[in-house]
Amino acid sequence: MLNVGTGNKAVALAVRDAKPGVVAAYPITPQTEIVEEIANQVSSGKLGARYIPVESEHSAMAACIGVAATGTRTFTATSSHGLVYMCEMLHWAAGARLPIVMANANRALGPGWNIGAEHSDSMSMRDSGWLQVYASTVQEAYDATIIAFRIAENENVLLPVMINLDGFLLTHVTQGFETVDPSGFLPPTNTPHAIDINNPGGYGTLTANTDHYKFRHDIMVGMKNSVAVIEDAQKEFEKHFGRKYEMYEEYMTEDAEVLVIAMGTIGKEMEVAVDKLREEGVKAGSIRVRWFRPFPDLREKFEGKEIVVIDRDYSFGFGGILANELRAKTCCNPYSVIAGLGGQDVTYDDIAGFVRDRKPGEEFWFGVSE
Amino acid sequence: MAEIPDDEYILKTTSACAGCSIPLCLRYITKAAGPDTVLVIPACCTSVIQGLYPNTAVNIPVYNVAFASAAAVASGMSEAFRAAGKKTNVICFAGDGGTVDIGIQALSGALERGTDFLYVCYDNEAYSNTGMQRSGATPLGAATTTTPAGKKEFKKDLDAIVNAHNPVYMATACSAYPLDLYNKVEKALSITGPKFIHILAPCPPGWRYQSDKTISVGKLAVQSGMWVLYERENGKISLTGASKAAAKKRIPVEDYLKAQGRFKTASKEEISELQQAVENNFKRIEKEVDGTC
Ligand SMILES: Cc1ncc(C[n+]2csc(CCOP(=O)(O)OP(=O)(O)O)c2C)c(N)n1
Ligand code: SF4
Repeated sequence: MLNVGTGNKAVALAVRDAKPGVVAAYPITPQTEIVEEIANQVSSGKLGARYIPVESEHSAMAACIGVAATGTRTFTATSSHGLVYMCEMLHWAAGARLPIVMANANRALGPGWNIGAEHSDSMSMRDSGWLQVYASTVQEAYDATIIAFRIAENENVLLPVMINLDGFLLTHVTQGFETVDPSGFLPPTNTPHAIDINNPGGYGTLTANTDHYKFRHDIMVGMKNSVAVIEDAQKEFEKHFGRKYEMYEEYMTEDAEVLVIAMGTIGKEMEVAVDKLREEGVKAGSIRVRWFRPFPDLREKFEGKEIVVIDRDYSFGFGGILANELRAKTCCNPYSVIAGLGGQDVTYDDIAGFVRDRKPGEEFWFGVSE
Repeated sequence: MAEIPDDEYILKTTSACAGCSIPLCLRYITKAAGPDTVLVIPACCTSVIQGLYPNTAVNIPVYNVAFASAAAVASGMSEAFRAAGKKTNVICFAGDGGTVDIGIQALSGALERGTDFLYVCYDNEAYSNTGMQRSGATPLGAATTTTPAGKKEFKKDLDAIVNAHNPVYMATACSAYPLDLYNKVEKALSITGPKFIHILAPCPPGWRYQSDKTISVGKLAVQSGMWVLYERENGKISLTGASKAAAKKRIPVEDYLKAQGRFKTASKEEISELQQAVENNFKRIEKEVDGTC
């Protein structure tokens, strides 16, 4: 069915269509519209789920853990301070192998109070065991949410999934999008370790050093398995609904001499920059990294090309996070641009400028005069 | 009084310290709750008492969760069971630290939302798991590793905080009176909505008494009025068991304090302040019972 709405609305409708049993949530800008819309769906009976209006994000994730522990499908949404307030429970959700799906509206962290887009929030949860996907359009936000349930609940994965949307730049942008009936695409949950009172046991009990590392290894295996599961889920999604997704999205890469790499909305804006650069005779291409965890293997794509990476985040004392991950995984020597923090405006003209002025191996902070 | 079932859900070989009151509490709670029950347990001594993976000393599902999260996890679990049409009892079993300090936000939220669950706080008046640091529930004058000269503040009034949420049922209990505890759990679980039971649970190494004295120390707490056994149904309070006698005639608080090493540093003034608090508490309860407050 065709709709017009924001990224937030699209996520909320995807949740409605995925039919969770219980949703627990706490509002925070710029995600609030998602939880309000879900609350509306529940109270009007369009979504036959229970809605728990919890008292904090820590409790929101805790409640989702309780729900998922029983084998029931669950969802929540958060952003920024809400996400980092959940930190303890995010690690718990992954460690307990619970297929929770959460939308995160990417937003800066204070101080000062800033509600603009920034990936520092989700990046700080990089090593929590959550899968992370970054959307760039309203349609993609809808589709990624549906697909996320299928991936998270796959018995070879059983890890939580975070769908990231740039605050305001995607959460509050209105576009047309199509909703689907995912019933043939999303099987009912079948959590092998759901609580069973007929087969009692301890969950998360005290675990000695003789076993703990085996559980961490299992998470590693689940994360590794997720690559094939994501690819399969995205292929199946295309078969069912006609829209195609990959681990990363390429644009004009084949004959490119310079590649510009980013995530989220900047990752889409890059395509316009590439068109502009091509008109000028610069052989540019772009790769938008969609799945950040598991991290894509881009070695082949990078061979013999110059690389410009745009980070909407920063690891203090180290550098742009995406740039460094790519450097570590592909041995490339990128020009690392830090741009778009706190919702800083980054246009395709600016992006074309980054490519034109690239200095391999250097770091550049957009808009800051040294 | 109900027949107590012979069924045992807590095996004899837990990892509790000798003389610990927690297995005793758990034993009677699970007997009253039966097998269609999930225990939700935050970080505390009870996380250790269950035993080491892959073994467990508890024969019903036990879901271990992060320190601050028990009541919120239970909220999710309870909603999910109801959504699936199951009647399974969801019982949080949390220490005083996980309740009056770090977990109070989640507890308050769950009570306010009317979550259908039973929250049991077993109160050993310290963070025992991490080696006897003070908690908000540590009484005035008690020495802990973070209050080596004795705590300078009164015990936080958890029951008043819970009561302000107007739960359908709340009660206190003490591990020294397990039948009283059994009856209260049974009654609580027969009611839908948020229920709360606060149990005084003496801890031999933390309170510094010989491990065979757990029952007698618990009894002294009730006989002195330092701990009062009552039930509050729909806001109306009634004393139960040994506290009915203690309301009329009680032993001096000092007899209870002397039985433990943790009050050795308590001053005369502090002891008389504790005695005064007991007197005031009974006056307040008496008025409430009479409906004159
Ligand atoms: C966020 C967090 N902070 C601190 C701890 C360490 N910790 C574990 S148990 C505990 C004290 C528990 O005290 P209480 O709730 O009274 O239970 P008891 O140990 O007395 O049974 C502490 C401080 C933790 N697990 N998590
Ligand atoms: S420290 Fe105290 S409460 Fe903890 S197990 Fe030992 S006796 Fe029980």
